[in-house]
Amino acid sequence: MVKKRSKSSPSNPQYTLFLGCTVPVRVVNYEISARRVAKELGIHLADIPEFSCCGYPVKSINHYAYLLMAARNFALAEKKGLPISTLCSACCGALTEANHEIQEDKSLQKRINDDLYQWLGKRYEGEVRVTHFIRVLQQEIGVERIVEEIKSDLSSLHLAPHYGCHYTKPTTIYGRIEDPENPKSLDELIEASGAKSISYENKLQCCGGGVLAIDESVALAVARSKLDHIRAHQADAMVLLCPFCNIMYESNQRKIEKVYGTEYKLPVLFYPQLLGLAMGIDPDELGLKMNRVRPTELLKKLNVRAG
Amino acid sequence: MIHSNTLDPNFKFLIAKEPGGENIKRCFSCGTCSVGCPIREVTERYNPRRIIRMALLGLKKDVLQSEFIWLCASCYTCFERCPQDVRIPELMNAIRNIAVREGFLPPSMRMQLELLSSFGRLLEITDFENEKRKTLDLPPVQAKTEDVKKILEKLGLHGEEKVEE
Repeated sequence: MVKKRSKSSPSNPQYTLFLGCTVPVRVVNYEISARRVAKELGIHLADIPEFSCCGYPVKSINHYAYLLMAARNFALAEKKGLPISTLCSACCGALTEANHEIQEDKSLQKRINDDLYQWLGKRYEGEVRVTHFIRVLQQEIGVERIVEEIKSDLSSLHLAPHYGCHYTKPTTIYGRIEDPENPKSLDELIEASGAKSISYENKLQCCGGGVLAIDESVALAVARSKLDHIRAHQADAMVLLCPFCNIMYESNQRKIEKVYGTEYKLPVLFYPQLLGLAMGIDPDELGLKMNRVRPTELLKKLNVRAG
Repeated sequence: MIHSNTLDPNFKFLIAKEPGGENIKRCFSCGTCSVGCPIREVTERYNPRRIIRMALLGLKKDVLQSEFIWLCASCYTCFERCPQDVRIPELMNAIRNIAVREGFLPPSMRMQLELLSSFGRLLEITDFENEKRKTLDLPPVQAKTEDVKKILEKLGLHGEEKVEE
């Protein structure tokens, strides 16, 4: 029996959980499962109900408005004295990039602070760190520790990892935490759960979500091609880590099937849901009932009661 | 046919002054961006090499009023591969920022601004969401914030219909 790290130890990771726009409305199952595995692994997640949108959607409309929206969120986290951990990869990218820009340009930082203070009574000193929740699992908890926590046998599962774009790129802001042309972290995290991570054609392709609002048919065409590639490998499910990628592959799966006259029925799991299953956590506590493409067959394979 | 007297030679300098557009003049049209582009793969309407070439030539109006500048998905594939570090997704955002100032804001983007003004988020958090969160033992989320509206109003992005189609 492996002894767990004390849940209140000061050496345990502590973050504020940044939900963004999509998670609390469209994919609460991601949030539930992330909080559940965090609790089990001793990651402390504080909440700031006043967090707004990260600012990403206005980046294309007005760059400065984007920086101000991001800075407002930083000011809230800074006041709480905690780094930010996001569930959404686009939030992570947008916040990390805005943070870089503000931290590296003192005159810009001053202009932002003047406006933040005058308009909203807030200040940002540039002290907040931003990371993705999955990076906390990978870098701070680590694969070795995760392996120690595994209680269920997932070796019968063949899973298709989807990294998405903003989890590894651009390397100018993330640094080269891993090769964006050949990332391995999600494969390693999947393998740590005991399941097989499969390789497939065009594995690093974008979900198309970035243009969903502008042109739905283009976005669906991009998402479709990956669903085709994964189906060719008969994967039990796709595993991902971004709510927007999930919207493209799971929420829009039925629509893609209709438009292209085909059928996938491919379950899509958020990585914390997979990890939770491997840790022996009840599927209900991982929000699996909320998955739109029911992972019934997958759970049957694991001899776990279907949610 | 492009007529040289309709070209605006200053367009590239205007873009280069915009955050994200700084490296546009480095482009030597190799096409690495278009080759690996996931949007280009499914539609002929988006072609980053072509857009950059048009911008460098000075086809200002054709670029700014086009729908194709809005088709970049910001996947950063070309950003990582560009041998000249043109930073294409940021460049597209620079061009879009100029387009918005010139009055070309796509209706779906206008709608996103409205939502952000109203709720501080793209998706509304209603009592229903917070009730559901309560039953799931999740902490409440503030339904809306006036702060985002204030930011957008102060920058002229909300309120009086400044931006026309």
